[in-house]
Amino acid sequence: MNEKKYIMRAEDFSFTYPGAPAPTLKSINLPIEKNKITALIGPSGCGKSTLLRAFNRIHDLYPGMKYEGKILLANKDGGMDNILELKKERDLVRLRQRVGMIFQKPTPFPMSIYDNVAYGLKLSGVKSKSELDGRVETALKGAALWSEVKDRLKDSAMGMSGGQQQRLCIARAVALKPDVLLFDEPTSALDPISTGAIEELVSELKKEVSIAIVTHNMQQASRLSDYTAFMYLGDLIEFNKTKKIFMNPDEKLTEDYITGRFG
Amino acid sequence: MEKRLLINKIILIASTISALIGLTFLFWILGTLMVKGLATIHWNLFTKDLVQGGIRNLIIGQFIMAFIATVIAVPLGLMAGIYLREYSYNNKLAMIVRNLSDVMMSAPSIVVGVFVYAIYVDKVGHFGGWGGVIALTIMMLPIIVSTTDNMLSLVPKELREAGIALGGSKHKIILQIVLKAAKVGLTTGVLLAFARVVGETAPLLFTSANNQYLTFNLNSQFPSLTVSIYNLATFPDKKSIALAWAASFVLTVLVLIINLTGRYITRNKHK
Repeated sequence: MNEKKYIMRAEDFSFTYPGAPAPTLKSINLPIEKNKITALIGPSGCGKSTLLRAFNRIHDLYPGMKYEGKILLANKDGGMDNILELKKERDLVRLRQRVGMIFQKPTPFPMSIYDNVAYGLKLSGVKSKSELDGRVETALKGAALWSEVKDRLKDSAMGMSGGQQQRLCIARAVALKPDVLLFDEPTSALDPISTGAIEELVSELKKEVSIAIVTHNMQQASRLSDYTAFMYLGDLIEFNKTKKIFMNPDEKLTEDYITGRFG
Repeated sequence: MEKRLLINKIILIASTISALIGLTFLFWILGTLMVKGLATIHWNLFTKDLVQGGIRNLIIGQFIMAFIATVIAVPLGLMAGIYLREYSYNNKLAMIVRNLSDVMMSAPSIVVGVFVYAIYVDKVGHFGGWGGVIALTIMMLPIIVSTTDNMLSLVPKELREAGIALGGSKHKIILQIVLKAAKVGLTTGVLLAFARVVGETAPLLFTSANNQYLTFNLNSQFPSLTVSIYNLATFPDKKSIALAWAASFVLTVLVLIINLTGRYITRNKHK
């Protein structure tokens, strides 16, 4: 296996929510390839969101979460570091600047469109006004939003449509130039046209970043992704090229799910 | 007629009548206040102090005490509310603080007055504005704690997660995003809490007591509108009683304005 191909990898990763009698994720092994889109699919409660949320340790917002095994993230020297070993808040902040996240519901901050995009940049220490302006513009262009909002950058982001808000959230994450973007059902709250725009954007983005996306929408997974992981009840059942998973899966369970026999 | 339609009609009529009874008393109070109060309202009321038959010093005194109480109670209550909602994860301490705060909110205000009399007035040996401030702060604190707690609970957790996912530290996200998202609710809460304590009498009765003159010295007896109303209303002469009515009317109007402002802010947000 060529190490350099992967930006992140879960190795024997198990995860337990506080007070739960058994782990929600059991010994997961999953690679995230560089500049590819990896889709996580499976019925509700299978643990796909839980897994995604472990990749940037957003779980740590709540106490008592138990991680076991490893989640590796490529470092600059060509090696991989286990992000589960990070303890200091400063290190977690750095991790999240490298591994961004887009949520199911659009989550614009209660501030202007410009400030929404500039917020993460300011947190990461960008101070110069001209650099902020430039990077906000690049990010909004990158999220195919610039032409729609360039004349009202100072308006509140709360007045945008749902689809625009979601693209704003993507722009906000892209502005930090992350290595990985995690999408947690990014279109399930949107109409078909906005969904189309987001999907187009996501496939465009993989030139710049590596992407993992959780989706309930099978067509979306097959349209968008290069690799697909099928999960069921906390186990990773099958991981392979998306074509293979959808055309000719190895596991009976995968086939049953994909053909809509359960789920 | 079908039975359920009949029951429906009876309930409808009964609840309408109940609502009307409630409203009747409300408008009765307001009407009486207006008739009796307006009769004495005169420009002099607002330019002269109690000693000269006006209420200028009383309004100023009452608002100074309520204002200082707000300045103390808001940061304390806000921080306690932030602890409860953002940091405690509903541990034992949080349960105790929440329950105590609820109990304090419904504690009779006279009890708060007696308490401050014991810990302040009795110790320093005289009534004083600070006593009133302490009593009003104690009245206000649980309201601010519970408002903050509730308003922060309305901020979706996704907003916090989105902030964290952008590389924010927890305290920055709380200060810069969560509080901002809850700003309207918090402002309204503070205004309503102010409106609530500015009309209190019992906590001031034997803490600040009252003063006929305008003073800004919180170590002396302090002018209070509500305590004056209480005192004036018990005097036997017509003039004092008329002044009590006028003062009541002014107080009601002021509290009403603060309340309406609070509601107006909330309504504008939901437009």
